[in-house]
This record gives sequence, C-alpha cells and structure tokens, in this order.
Amino acid sequence: MELLASPALWLVLALSVAIPVLFIVGARRLALRMVDRPTAMTASLPKFLPAPRLRAPSLRWLLTRGLLLTLIGTGLGIIMLRFVYGLSAVTNLSDQFAWGLWISFDVMCGVALAAGAFVIAATVHIFRLERFEPLVRPAILTGLLGYLLVVAGLIVDLGRPYNVWRPLFHWQHHSVLWEVGVCVATYTTVLLIEFLPVVLEKVNHFEAVTTRLPTVKLTQLLKKVSIAFVIMGVVLSTLHQSSLGSLWVLMPTKVSPLWYSLYLPVFFWMSAIAVGLAMTIVESTLSSKAFNRGLETHLLVDLAKAAAVVLAIYLAVRAIDLVVRGAWPLMFEPTLQAASFWAEIGLGVMLPIVLFSIRPLRQRHGVLFLGAVLIVVFGVVLNRFNVSLIGLLPYTGQIYTPSWMELVVTMTLVSLGVIAFGLAAKYLPVFHEEEHEASR
Amino acid sequence: MSASKNTQISRRGFLKRVGTGTAAAFGLAMLPQQALSGYASGDSESHGPTWSLLIDLTRCTGCDSCALACKASNELPDADVVPSALDADTYTFVEEHQVTKADGTTVTRYVKRQCMHCLDASCVSACPAAAMHNSGEGPVIYRADRCLGCRYCQVACPFEIPRFDWDNGLTPKISKCWMCFEGLQEGQLPACVEACPTGALRFGRRDDLLAQAHAQIASNPARYIDHVYGENEVGGTSVLYLSDVPFEQLGFVANLPDTAPAQETEKIMSKLPTVIAGMTALMAGSAFITHRKPAEPEDIVPEALVVKEEE
Repeated sequence: MELLASPALWLVLALSVAIPVLFIVGARRLALRMVDRPTAMTASLPKFLPAPRLRAPSLRWLLTRGLLLTLIGTGLGIIMLRFVYGLSAVTNLSDQFAWGLWISFDVMCGVALAAGAFVIAATVHIFRLERFEPLVRPAILTGLLGYLLVVAGLIVDLGRPYNVWRPLFHWQHHSVLWEVGVCVATYTTVLLIEFLPVVLEKVNHFEAVTTRLPTVKLTQLLKKVSIAFVIMGVVLSTLHQSSLGSLWVLMPTKVSPLWYSLYLPVFFWMSAIAVGLAMTIVESTLSSKAFNRGLETHLLVDLAKAAAVVLAIYLAVRAIDLVVRGAWPLMFEPTLQAASFWAEIGLGVMLPIVLFSIRPLRQRHGVLFLGAVLIVVFGVVLNRFNVSLIGLLPYTGQIYTPSWMELVVTMTLVSLGVIAFGLAAKYLPVFHEEEHEASR
Repeated sequence: MSASKNTQISRRGFLKRVGTGTAAAFGLAMLPQQALSGYASGDSESHGPTWSLLIDLTRCTGCDSCALACKASNELPDADVVPSALDADTYTFVEEHQVTKADGTTVTRYVKRQCMHCLDASCVSACPAAAMHNSGEGPVIYRADRCLGCRYCQVACPFEIPRFDWDNGLTPKISKCWMCFEGLQEGQLPACVEACPTGALRFGRRDDLLAQAHAQIASNPARYIDHVYGENEVGGTSVLYLSDVPFEQLGFVANLPDTAPAQETEKIMSKLPTVIAGMTALMAGSAFITHRKPAEPEDIVPEALVVKEEE
C-alpha cells in the first residue's frame, strides 16, 4: 500500500493520538485545579446553595474517554482519507467484492438491529399491550440512532454520496435498492417524529416556568396523530426489512443455495422481528446496568417468550424452504458455508428457542441476556454476513477480509451510537421516572 | 418477445403499466415522465431495433485490435497498452485460453470480454438511480451523472463486468462497454467491430445475427458446437458468441438460468402495493379494535405546566 508512505495517514494517526492525550492531561490538570481552590464559578454561587462537590475524575474515567476519543479520532481521520484517496486506500474492497463490512454490518445488520423500534411501537400502540410502555422510548431511541448510523455508514461507503438524494426524486420501481433507500429515508424521518415528543417534553419542562410555548401545542398535535406514524413505521419497516433480503434475490448464481431463496424477503422480515425483541432485551439489560436503574424483568421475560415463538416459526419456514429447494444436503458438506450455517441456525435460532421456551430458564437474568445476545450475534448478524459475504465466497473464489481501517470506521460509528444513546438517556426523559424509584 | 411488438404495446404490458402507474399515482403526479420512462427502462418488450454483437471465437486470432481500438475510441488512458483484464480504464480485452479438445490436441482460443448487454439486465434492475440504463436499442449504457456509487450493479451482474474506480475519492465512475452507443445512433459501427481484421466480430440486428449464427452452425456442424452463448442466458443478451469448444472451458459462466433474475425481483417489487395496502389495513384495523376500549387518562402536558395553568 503506497498509502502508508503518504504523510496524510501519519498526520491523521498522530492527531488521533495527540488529541485524546491532550484531553486526558488537560482535563485532569483543570479538574485538580478546580478542586484545590475556588474558581470563579464556585465563588459566584449564592451562599445558601452548597458549593458543588468537585472531585478530580479518576484515571479510569479519563482513560475510557481517552480511548473512545482516540478511536473516534482515528475513525474520522480514516473517513477523511477515504474521501481524498478513494475506497481502495482504506478498504479491502475489489471489483469481485464490491460490498464489504460497511454494507454487511453497518447497513444490513444496522437496519436489522434497529428493528426493536417498530416491533415495540406496534406492540404498545397498535396491539395496545400497554404494560410494555416503559420500553417504547428506549426502543425508538435505539432505532433512530441505528438508522442515523446506517445513513452515516452509507455516506462513507457510497462512491458519490452527494447523489444520495436521487432515488427520492427519480423513481425506479424495478430497483429493490431504490425501495430500500426511499424506505430508510422515510422511516428515519418517521422515527424522528416518533422521538420528537421526548425532546419536546424536556423543552416544555424547561419553558413552562416562564412562558407558554407552541411546543406544547405541537406535543398535543403529535399525540393525536401518533398512531398514524406508528402504522407508517410498521409498514415502512416491513417493506425495507424484507427488501434487504430481496436485494440478494437478484443474484441466483452468486449466493450459496444454503441461503438463496425466493423467500429471502420473508426470512429477513421474520428475523428482524425476532432481533427487534432480542435487541430490546439486550438494550434494556445494558442500560439498566449503565444507568443504575431497575430492570423490567417481567416485561423482558414476555418478550423472550414472543421471540421464541417467532424464531420457531422462522426455523420451520426455513427448514421447509431448504427441503423444497433440495439444498439441504449442502448442510452436511464439510465447507465453511455449512459450518457458518450451523453456527447461525444452531446457536442463533435453536439454542435461543430452547432457552426461551423453558420458563424457569428464561426467568433468570443471565439466561435472558445470553439468549438475546445469541439471537442478535449469531441469529441475525451472522445471517446477514452469511447471505452477503460468506455465501458468496464459493462464487467469487476470493476471500474478502475487512482491513483494520474498515473495522475502525465501523467501531467508530458504533461508539458514536452508544455515546449518543448515553447522552440522550442522561438528558432526555427516555426512561420512565417511576423506574428510578422502583430500582432494585 | 417478437419483433412485431415493436410498435404496439401488448395488452398484458399495457395492463401491467396501468397497474403500476395507479399504484404510484402520487409519484406520477409529481414526475410523470420520470416514472414512466423509468419503468419502461426495465421492460424489454417494447424495444426498437436491438443492436447486437456476434463474436465468432473460431475466427479470433487474439490480435487485440478490438481492445486497443476501444481504448482509443473512448479516450481511455494507456491507449497503446494491451489490456489484460477489465478495469476502471478498460471496457474490453482479449483473454487467452489453452483448451484440450476431445481428440486430445491442445489449442489456443481467444475470448473477447466485455459487457454482455443483457436484454433484461440485472444491473439496470438493481440501480436505484437509473444510472444503468437500458437504451431500448440493445446497449445497456451508464450515466455517471446519476450514479451514487453504490456498486449494487457490480454485485448484481451475473457476468462480473462493471468495474469501479476504487482510487477516486469523490467522483468515481462505473466502467463498462456501452457498445459505442453515441456513434451507433449516428450510423457508425462500434469501434471494436470496425477494428477487427478477421471478421470475428459482426454487428447487426439481434434477430438477424441469431439467424446467421444458427445457419452457420447448421451448415458447418463439425466446426461449431450447437450453442449460441447469449441466446437464452439470463433471458438473452445482446452479445452473442459462437465457439468450437464448450463455453465452460473458455471461462464462460455456465448454468445461468434462462430467465432474467431481474424478473424475480420485479415480481417481488410488483407485490409491494399489496403489501403496503395489506399491512396498513391490518395495522389500522388492529389499532381501531384495540382503541375502542377506554384509553388511559392523558398526561402529556408536563406537570409544571398544569400547575401554572391552575395558578
């Protein structure tokens, strides 16, 4: 790679290391000074208010943030390089492997993992199982951030990202990718509207003291039409979750028969519902740990039960499909594809069904979390990789492995998503108030 | 797909268009021209004369004139270097194959590679922005100004033809043969056909070339194998090959279906209005039923505000 000789790469790397180091050293020095003597801020506080207790941040606190910043700095630097020197400079993509990690993970998996938003919103607002209400806002936030990251990943991957708007205005009824693009764009907007009440609630809380604002009227309006957006969300999700599968229907000679099927869109849709439920369990468990709040275990147990039912139907349909197409003998051939297939079905579908259909098992926190993680990682992420990468290897004859720079960009996007979730959860009423009191 | 349908639209095709048109009524209202032409671009039934290329591999001597002429004619870089593979700056090249024939002798065969110009092309069906476009006259052309650089055409192409400019940061293009479409409209031959000194390349109407090819096979069965590659592969292509050795041995993609894969996805896409209507009805119905029970008291107005209003 002649890129290694380019000063730009070294500049980006140096900056991405230097900035976080400066941040850690600077933040620590500043914090220590503020603890030692009163600053302008603490001195100006009224006497009857206790001065805020300042504490120097622990080295661990600073290090985790420093590492995150390093990662994000490097990632943004690599994205810059990509736009200057082209995709070949940072990725292992080729004409034989035109779609790599960024499409397989950032887009295909990203969309699937954001499916919790439409599943939970439909459960609560359409089927009116209102006890799941506490899960709606986190699920919608996860979905929204997921889709924003999908769009970000797409912008990095597209060769001519400034043309990304074209499908919206030049309709191509025959193109599956056109439909995916339009749906993702529209659905991201729908998610923004679905999340808007959470932001407005905060604004209203702030502003209510001084003045009446149109935001209150807007909140009331949104409440009235919210059901329409929930229905739109479900329809749009159904369309593009399934269409991600239809993308591969166009390649009958390329995708391994273990996965190629005319029913790929149906499989993608069903697995999206399962992973929507599983992601809600994962996200609730992780955020309850991160924010020290109670865990709605009884709700999550019910989600697990539903996930087991969806997965069981999914497993049955896929088994029938494999037998009808006569592709089942491929499962028993000693190939990478067969191994990957069994990992996907065994660990990601069968095992979670077992874990979730036995009541005493699914009622244990650990099992609940493990089962959900299995569905997410093996059941769906591996499935999307199998369809889009591993299933293509016999045809292309070449093995694509992502470069470290592709990995860093993906990790950067995921980190940005996690940080955004954390900030939103901290400053916006995402989690229900009463749960804080109901903490374990 | 007979030539008699050139001027008239078949009833089925007409109904199909009306159906799709109604489904996208709001889209049509906005951009009628775009939507209709966009749809027609994927429809191979209403084509005018379909220009084709017939490549007789038994006559090719591997002189590379076609590849060099292509470079020169399209003003591609390194026009004096014989290309050895398709890439961002090469639309066509000549591949060398050592083939062992049935009688045990080893012969050398040369295969000119380029875009197959499928009648119902996967890349056209795949492209979300109509950058890949069926000209309706045989050539499948690429319009860079519309391209997003998503590279789905590359993933979709059963022949692995489109090439991407991986070294370009912001204005990469897809590269592939366009059958010199511009010159074609002015009555010129494609550059490669013009340059071929041995008559291995012939240009003409697809129907005529197919008839010629079959006549050649019939009149000289010892010379050719009885297969015109491209006649039925993926629903037919506008580039046709004649050969004396089986195509699999020359690196051609074997076992391609006789129908265009694009037909399957178009079937799926044609179900979308049904899915949209069905899901909307189902969800709205469910919501209607569940919302008949008394709703819980609304508390969307923040408490701070309620207190203020009471004051």
